[in-house]
Amino acid sequence: MVDISVSDAVPTRSYTQTIARRFLSHRLAVVGAVMVVFLCASALFAQLVSPHDPMRIDTSQRFLPPFVSWGHLLGTDDLGRDTLSRLLYGGQVSLAVGIVAMLTTMVTGTLVGLAAGYYGGIIDNLLMRLVDTLLCFPQVFLLLVIAAFVPPTILSISLIIGLTSWMEVSRIVRAQVSSLKEMDFIQASRGFGASNWRIMLVELLPNIMAPVLVAATLKVATAVLMESYISFLGYGVQPPMASWGNMLTNAQGYFDTVPFLAILPGVLITFTVMSFNFLGDGLRDAIDARLKIDP
Amino acid sequence: MSGDVIGYILRRILHSIPLVIGVSIIGFGIMHLAPGGPLAVYTLNPTITVTDIERLRVALGLDQPIHLQYLSWAKAMLTGSWGVTFFGGRPVLEVILERVPATMTLMGSSLALAIVIGTLIGILGAVKRNSIFDYLATTGAMLALSFPTFWFGLMAIYVFAIQLGWLPSGGMYELGEEGNPWDLLRHLILPVMVLTLVLLATWSRYSRSSFLDVIQQDYIRTARSKGLGERQILFRHALRNAVIPLVALLGVQLPTLFSGALVAETIFSWPGMGRLFVDALNMKEYPILMGMIMFTAFFVIVGNLIADVAIAAIDPRVKLA
Repeated sequence: MVDISVSDAVPTRSYTQTIARRFLSHRLAVVGAVMVVFLCASALFAQLVSPHDPMRIDTSQRFLPPFVSWGHLLGTDDLGRDTLSRLLYGGQVSLAVGIVAMLTTMVTGTLVGLAAGYYGGIIDNLLMRLVDTLLCFPQVFLLLVIAAFVPPTILSISLIIGLTSWMEVSRIVRAQVSSLKEMDFIQASRGFGASNWRIMLVELLPNIMAPVLVAATLKVATAVLMESYISFLGYGVQPPMASWGNMLTNAQGYFDTVPFLAILPGVLITFTVMSFNFLGDGLRDAIDARLKIDP
Repeated sequence: MSGDVIGYILRRILHSIPLVIGVSIIGFGIMHLAPGGPLAVYTLNPTITVTDIERLRVALGLDQPIHLQYLSWAKAMLTGSWGVTFFGGRPVLEVILERVPATMTLMGSSLALAIVIGTLIGILGAVKRNSIFDYLATTGAMLALSFPTFWFGLMAIYVFAIQLGWLPSGGMYELGEEGNPWDLLRHLILPVMVLTLVLLATWSRYSRSSFLDVIQQDYIRTARSKGLGERQILFRHALRNAVIPLVALLGVQLPTLFSGALVAETIFSWPGMGRLFVDALNMKEYPILMGMIMFTAFFVIVGNLIADVAIAAIDPRVKLA
């Protein structure tokens, strides 16, 4: 009946607090985080913010120049569609593909890595040889072949990108699991009769979340890039739906006269990829720094 | 010693065999994933009837169980008969091989440039750590890793071909200039610039961290205390050890190199393998697509094999047994 929590009030920082503190002192990481929040917000509220319908064609308003055209802040394209609205909706597509592809990558990579690291032996051997094999294919080649066979929708593109890029994640997870699985707390829960599934998902998974989170952030960046590649080559998001990649393909046709249309989508892709890279690098540094202090 | 090395190489080749088998199974699987299967192109041809297709299926052995089909396909791949193209009926391997010189010219020059420039940037960054140069190089690498290659290529065309008119915007030779090395060089500059940038970012970051590791080791301090010049320490003592992880990176980067070449070749109409692949994709030329997938994957396996053997040759710490 003595309240020990009062007398025990030594100011200690939790693991999460330590990481948060390190993260916040990393300038580029904070910049990345702010940019990611801004991008996600503009994609989420594209419907509210867009001045026009991104698909509305108005041939009397073709190729309006940016910054000086009334009602079209960033000008219009070859069909008189509002560039700003198309960029906002295109961002929705890019981020949706990036995030769904990242989730696919994470789920597949984590499951394969968990199974390989935890069971070891022949399962480990088979799964890791599968990983080695898949890493022999140049990703853009594999992506394009599969994308050419499957009808392109936002979901199918995300899945294809996710399913061709989980291999590194499974290697990271496997390495973590193989070093953790001999530790006492795992042996203890096995002693208590916990099932393999329970040990993998309840005991092991939370302990490997940190590097997985870092990988996830960086994977959003590569997935956004990959979407722009396949959309640019015509096998991704199909017109008239806007994506930054297919806006670039379209702009390529009027390149020598209206370069502005080609500059903007590229700048936004770069901006997005860089934001997630900053965020991911910052997270990694924040987590690694802790490891260096108390190993 | 030499017996060890030969044994190591043989063992390493043996380890590649499961990879080759794995790659071939996945390649075969993708071909069967194609809508309509390998006969898709015939089903689109109105002059070919259902009975014709059935006859073709039997003639080509496509009615057999899948594992037998795989075996006969693998046997054909091994003997170098990679099928014929749908349009024109030419042997696939021949079509691919005639594109190899153009791609190798592009990839080879970009790789050489990226290695030389990237290593120098890495050394400077490691020696003058946290200097303005180091900061700029790191930021530059970050930027280069973030923008889409094809967009950078388009911007390069806009500036150097359209606005300034200094360089051609695509192709390998002007009409009537085939074989002229100066013309080739002019056409090479832009695509090589784009592809080099892709590799340079990763290469300079890796060589920086590799050099940082090496120059903090005891033997470098020993060399310095012997009074050796800084340049001699870097290029004779440190370089040898610092390149070892970079050789491994070279093997790992091969798929990226192919992907980058595909993009660069597409933008600059460079008549190489990447361009062939994109054209085949647009024409639904499945035999060429499959051939290209297998070709690049085999190339990556062999490249990694060579990288491993090279590491064993330059690094006496690698255990050969």
